[in-house]
Amino acid sequence: MPRIVVDVMLKPEILDPQGKAIAGALPRLGFNAFEAVRQGKRFELSVDGEVTEEILAQAREAAETMLSNPVIEDVVNVEVIDD
Amino acid sequence: MSNDLPLIGDYSTPTAELSGARIGVVTFPGTLDDRDAARAVRTAGAQSVSLWHADSDLGDVDAVIIPGGFSYGDYLRAGAISRFAPMMSKIVDAANSEAKLPVLGICNGFQILTESHLLPGSMIKNDHLRFICRDQVLRVENNTTAWTNGYEASQEITIPLKNQDGQYVADEKTLDELEAENRVAFSYVGWNPNGSRRSIAGISNAAGNVVGLMPHPEHAIEVGFGPDATGTDGLTFFTSVLTHLVGGKK
Repeated sequence: MPRIVVDVMLKPEILDPQGKAIAGALPRLGFNAFEAVRQGKRFELSVDGEVTEEILAQAREAAETMLSNPVIEDVVNVEVIDD
Repeated sequence: MSNDLPLIGDYSTPTAELSGARIGVVTFPGTLDDRDAARAVRTAGAQSVSLWHADSDLGDVDAVIIPGGFSYGDYLRAGAISRFAPMMSKIVDAANSEAKLPVLGICNGFQILTESHLLPGSMIKNDHLRFICRDQVLRVENNTTAWTNGYEASQEITIPLKNQDGQYVADEKTLDELEAENRVAFSYVGWNPNGSRRSIAGISNAAGNVVGLMPHPEHAIEVGFGPDATGTDGLTFFTSVLTHLVGGKK
């Protein structure tokens, strides 16, 4: 069943307290190569059948209107994955 | 409901119209503070009307309160799913209509109002990442809205604050506009408990009929239960809207 993947990230200018906490914890496990961490959200929308242009357009609209809040977030990726 | 509770607003001559007002309180799955909000409405002298999120009948209410809690478990984003409830569509239309239905969003209700675009900006996690529960001092920055007209200008009040996603954010342009148009209704005093931009605790829309804030006025309406067991600073929200409805000051 094909899936449409939607990735949403907090806007770069919005402080990401969760990412900051993760960045603070990484060195404690010896992962000290990373300057900063930003945490986002990944949605997988499963489609029964072929992903048509119309279905993809619906996914894009859902991403902009419901899956993300444009005040604080950006939709950074919408792509189709065929399994 | 008995009336043996203190009225702290300026109501030396309460009138019949005041007690006739019908204030709706919306319940979503996961709402926690609807009963406290309804009690605050009754304590102020009005009639509380329960509104269910899935209904689309506002039932001739004169004003609406969207109370706090964790509607839909804060899934997706706080308030993001509630925004699409049939009742919210009615409330958004009524708030924007000629009649300018007064709407108060408290905590999760404030988050729902921003997700509904009735108020600008959004809330993200507290900057310190912890849930916070404390008695919070606020300054009344705008005492001309439907929900704040009973307060003195710059009055400091103490009401409970309890949230996880309480950090108010908006872009600089929006923040400048809010300040220039006197739409910051409340700001935090002494300490910014969640990292909110410009210490904003609550805001209003341009017309002043829609107000949202993170702290909880409905938990500070009765002696014995509010901050320091005596605080009733929150009751004026609910008496203010009655004054507004009978065409009182402002």
